[in-house]
Amino acid sequence: MEDALTVHRLHFAFTVTFHYIFPQLTMGLALLIFLLKTIALRRGDEHYNRAARFWAKIFGISFALGVVTGIPMEFQFGTNWSEFSKAAGGVIGQTLAMEGVFSFFLESTFFGLFLLGEKRLGPKGHWVSSLMMFLGSWLSGYLIVATDAWMQHPVGYALSPNGQFQLTSFWALVLNRWALWQYSHTMLGAVITGSFTMASVGAFYLLSRTHEDCGQLFIRLAVIVGVIAAFLQLFPTGDGQGTMLARYQPTTLAAMEGLFETQEGAPLAILGQPDMVNRRLDNPLIVPKALSFLTYRVWSAKVDGMDKFPPQDLPDNITLLYYSYHVMVGLGTMFIAVLLLSAWKLWRKTLYESRGMLWALLLSLPFPFIANTAGWITAEVGRQPWLIFGLMRTRAGVSPQVSAGNAWFTLIGFMGLYTVLAILFLFLVFREIERGPALEAKSA
Amino acid sequence: MGNIWFCLVALMLMVYVVLDGFDLGAGAVHLFVAKTDTERRQVIRSIGPVWDGNEVWLIAAGGTLYFTFPLVYASSFSGFYLPLMMVLWLFVLRGISVEFRTHVEGPIWTGFWDAVFSLASLLLAVFFGAALGNVVRGVPLDSQGRFFEPLWTDFRIGRETGILDWYTLLVGVAALCALLLHGALWVALKTENAVYERARRLARFAWFGIAILTVVVTAVTFRIQRIVPGNFSTRQWGFLFPVIALAGLLGVAWSLIRKKDARAFGSSCAYLAGMLASVAFGLHPYVLPASTNSAYALTVENAKAPEYGLRIGLIWWAIGMFLATGYSVFSYRRFAGKVSSAAEEQGY
Repeated sequence: MEDALTVHRLHFAFTVTFHYIFPQLTMGLALLIFLLKTIALRRGDEHYNRAARFWAKIFGISFALGVVTGIPMEFQFGTNWSEFSKAAGGVIGQTLAMEGVFSFFLESTFFGLFLLGEKRLGPKGHWVSSLMMFLGSWLSGYLIVATDAWMQHPVGYALSPNGQFQLTSFWALVLNRWALWQYSHTMLGAVITGSFTMASVGAFYLLSRTHEDCGQLFIRLAVIVGVIAAFLQLFPTGDGQGTMLARYQPTTLAAMEGLFETQEGAPLAILGQPDMVNRRLDNPLIVPKALSFLTYRVWSAKVDGMDKFPPQDLPDNITLLYYSYHVMVGLGTMFIAVLLLSAWKLWRKTLYESRGMLWALLLSLPFPFIANTAGWITAEVGRQPWLIFGLMRTRAGVSPQVSAGNAWFTLIGFMGLYTVLAILFLFLVFREIERGPALEAKSA
Repeated sequence: MGNIWFCLVALMLMVYVVLDGFDLGAGAVHLFVAKTDTERRQVIRSIGPVWDGNEVWLIAAGGTLYFTFPLVYASSFSGFYLPLMMVLWLFVLRGISVEFRTHVEGPIWTGFWDAVFSLASLLLAVFFGAALGNVVRGVPLDSQGRFFEPLWTDFRIGRETGILDWYTLLVGVAALCALLLHGALWVALKTENAVYERARRLARFAWFGIAILTVVVTAVTFRIQRIVPGNFSTRQWGFLFPVIALAGLLGVAWSLIRKKDARAFGSSCAYLAGMLASVAFGLHPYVLPASTNSAYALTVENAKAPEYGLRIGLIWWAIGMFLATGYSVFSYRRFAGKVSSAAEEQGY
């Protein structure tokens, strides 16, 4: 891999994939902690405060790692993608800077207050700080998704004679239709991660017969929030994303569905391995005409296949795209099944005794992280070969003077450092889970 | 509009250096002023609730530079590729050492993170000084506005210069000295007893160091970068900034002798702000001077983003900064006063 472009792409892919483990958890937990604090305040039930305090510790560890791995992301636009930054900085710099100015200050302030100020702030003040933390992290999510959405579906810009994109409509950038769909889909994904994490720890406590009161509380809240999020993830947000793709990124849609031939009444592939040489799907398990219906709401509608487009305009890694998309959808379906069954048992008041269901919840833990990661791979590999869809190719955006050797050097450095971070994260989180929810609030 | 943003970005960086400067300085003096675990906890607690918010000023300044001067952002970040990545690694290490130190008790765990915290903070101070030195000295820009500097060559200033040469190293040492002073004064302000005394003693040493280095660096800079003396001779009101810096430096000495801790720290803030304002004033309208050919240099005019984006940006930026300042003030007031040395207090 002497090609600098490949190394720069790997560099961004590796650092962003690792980074995204943490925000998806903290954004999900931020909502759940806020709900815990709200219930605690309204009912005056100390159990919920204890639960919130426990999750604040897990949140704190993840938040710190999200912050330190997030800063390299903002810098990499300039270091590794300088030609892209030169051309598009006047547009996407707006949303990136807004993230710093509007949400990072908010988050960092109230994160400190929430973690250390429970006694100083009193119940109402502490509740407010949990709300601010929730708003800050969700706003941050929006501005990052809006940045990505502009690269997926550029709006509100004009091309200057010197090759720079200039902003012409601030509101078009901030209220990009693509961003609205992508944001709701992404945030629901984060809520699912948070819910499964909470339910999994709850199941662990119930199965090992420790902290059972808290375990039940975790499962109850997580299953209720999770089942709602899992359904909304499928419809309308996942469906809405698909409609946007069909209209604006038909190349991506064809490649991720593994649709080689343009056809009327196109089938939906559930399983199968794309054979890129013979241009067909091996061992296919398909639902006839379903892709046409899902995309256009007409069973016989024509869907463009990969044969419709010149090869240089198709994503350059179709197999990865196909699999990441199918992994995401497959897991999403599994989440609905597991959560629906859990919710049913919760309603019948048999969930806490059902060891099989508790084991299922316990073992579900890694899968939402995988599904969210696969979702992002689908979005970003699907955007290829474009850096800004239809306007700037990925190879045109790279820093020309940063050689493959220099990029490898820093990529290896990040790999080593992030391995250490991963070990520390698991060590500290497992330690907190082992200790369990504390009885007393700590003071600052 | 370009000049307004030049001033605002410079202002954000100034706030960053003044605020995160004391975190980094406190980190750099950490091992010297605090010996026992209880004492070290005091130092960490003095910055614990605020370091993250202080670091945000750099991220916000970076983002603001990105949308206002995209050419400068792209050119300098890719040109300073290697040192910037190392700065990022140091940021990662500093951040996790502050946050993770308190999670486990025991001398191996805390001792390790104390050392990581101190070393990362110290190196960051040197790196930031060297970065400033590079910007002032100028970089080998080509006609496309690109450059790439190796970490070092022969440590001489010339055509084949690296990130580190004798001048940038000198600025790096000066920055370290300034932040040692700044950090020691912060620690003195926030602590009591043994830590307080040691911090004051260290501040006295750092003061002599920075007093000498300020004179040396200023003299050398006027010779190396001709833009700077040019600016000061044509627009003499600019001498206001070095005067503020000088007053700050003398103010630190005066307040140290009289044991006015808050005034000493405030004077140190004035010194840092005055020095950085002098640099910004001295370089204007250049944002990134070229060591190759002055026609290749990036200036406010040739590097700024188009008008519409700058205008709309000013509106939301003003609103955002108003809010951000509000949170910062709120947070500092919440955690005002000396940190307690009582051992039963958990957390930071």
